[in-house]
Amino acid sequence: MTELSQLSLYNQAIILFAALVLFTSFIMLAQARMLPMIFAFAWQGMLLAVVTALVALVSGHPHLYISAALTVALKVFLIPWLLYRLAVKLNIHLEAEAIKYPSLLLLAGAGLVIFSYYVALPIVHLSGLATRNTIAVSIAVVLLGMLLMIARKKAVAQVIGFMSIENGLFFSAVVSTYGMPLIVELGVAFDVLVAAILFGVFFFHMSESFDSLDVDRLTRLSEVHESLFPPEEGASEEERP
Amino acid sequence: MDHQLTAWLLAAAQTALFVGAAPLLAGWVKRVKCHMQNRAAPALWQPYRDLAKLFRKDMVLAENASWLFRATPYIVFGAMSLAAAAVPLVAVDLPTGAIADVIVLVGFFALARFFTALAGMDIGTAFGGMGSSREMTIAALAEPAMLMAVFTLSMTAGSTNLSSAIHYVLDAGLVLRPSFLFALLALAMVAVAETGRVPVDNPATHLELTMIHEAMILEYSGRHLALIEWAAQIKLMIYAVLVANIFWPWGIAQEFTSEALGIGVVAIATKLTALAVVLVVWETVLAKLRIFRVPPFLGFAFLLSLLGMLTHVVLETGG
Repeated sequence: MTELSQLSLYNQAIILFAALVLFTSFIMLAQARMLPMIFAFAWQGMLLAVVTALVALVSGHPHLYISAALTVALKVFLIPWLLYRLAVKLNIHLEAEAIKYPSLLLLAGAGLVIFSYYVALPIVHLSGLATRNTIAVSIAVVLLGMLLMIARKKAVAQVIGFMSIENGLFFSAVVSTYGMPLIVELGVAFDVLVAAILFGVFFFHMSESFDSLDVDRLTRLSEVHESLFPPEEGASEEERP
Repeated sequence: MDHQLTAWLLAAAQTALFVGAAPLLAGWVKRVKCHMQNRAAPALWQPYRDLAKLFRKDMVLAENASWLFRATPYIVFGAMSLAAAAVPLVAVDLPTGAIADVIVLVGFFALARFFTALAGMDIGTAFGGMGSSREMTIAALAEPAMLMAVFTLSMTAGSTNLSSAIHYVLDAGLVLRPSFLFALLALAMVAVAETGRVPVDNPATHLELTMIHEAMILEYSGRHLALIEWAAQIKLMIYAVLVANIFWPWGIAQEFTSEALGIGVVAIATKLTALAVVLVVWETVLAKLRIFRVPPFLGFAFLLSLLGMLTHVVLETGG
């Protein structure tokens, strides 16, 4: 279709920043420590805001500036700050999670990018927008967020995955139709904010009940106050006469 | 015919300049690094003094050293000089540039590494074998990432030849290519691993547990050691010139007039000076990785070059 060098410099910049948004998704996937992950999420929001502002500039849709400003306020400052405060309060901000098969996870991520390229190809052929090439990237950001949620066990990482799925959805709305109606975007933005606060409450309950944010422990069916450390199955078996 | 002769002469001069200036670059890196870390810096030409001293010194050879051990320094130095001949430094379209493309360049590096690893094991000391095994582990992971980054570039430029690739970038002018950005980052990470710089290996240490490259060449002395160290400096320079001239080729001489060549020399000197400062900052802010952390580091480099290729297909050609 269109070669990159034929596009205007603004459109090239949109594509460059879209690639960087994808890159931050991979950084979140590879990052085992909590604080850098939160910062990567904030960076993704920042890059997304830049893409949105550039799309607004190129396409002449002024309401996208409001979306960009909202993205900066919520996803760059407020939500990362909430997560940061939570992480410090729960004393998990210096923790590193052991990721199983880190290289395999990254390769799976690359596979998801190829898959989303394949899925987006018909849409790209139909669309006439200058940003149509980035649709595949936005779908990939959604899928990578899901992969992050599947691969991680710590609740904070899963919440970051959830938020980055929302980032991907917003991104795809911006690049495929120049944004949703403003009222919808406002609603979604505040939903995400409320979700962030609710997740905070959920974290507190979880860490109080299980003394850990590992979601695998949620499968245990023990009473909350019976014992803080339920005995391992193997251990209880040995104690039996 | 006359034009051919000038071109060959220029190519020879460029290679000589490349090989001759490599210790200077190493000296500059060392100097900036010392300033950065608040230490008294050695003179800029200290690497030349070191090399001269080593060339004058007698060699100590182990009794059981085979011909392999004695031949390796010359093979390594020869491979690096040939590789240096193939990389455009001051001017593109030199006849030596047509001998080898980037894949052959990677092959030269592999050849040198193969013989260094063999020589490390030849004497039979524990350190040599350990260093060889570490070096080959790292190389096996770094090479795919390097080749993938190169393929990303050549998919855009339509050629694996360095001169053609540089021509393509020059003709296209300023285009913001995400694939080039990713390939640049990947190439930088691979270069750090391959030249034994800080997050992967420390070129200034002789601490047994951490050294990789130094462990293999521990038994060398005299002019053998001089040749190997010089080759390592040339390798650093090759990577620096690759990064500088592929991603910022502006200023390189496209015709063989003295004016264009002069601009080319000044341009590459400026670029290398700046790049060395970046390298020093990178080496100063990062701590050395544990050796078991190196595979994820290189895996990330591979992912970056893979992302470069994917973004080239997805974003730049537009389906």
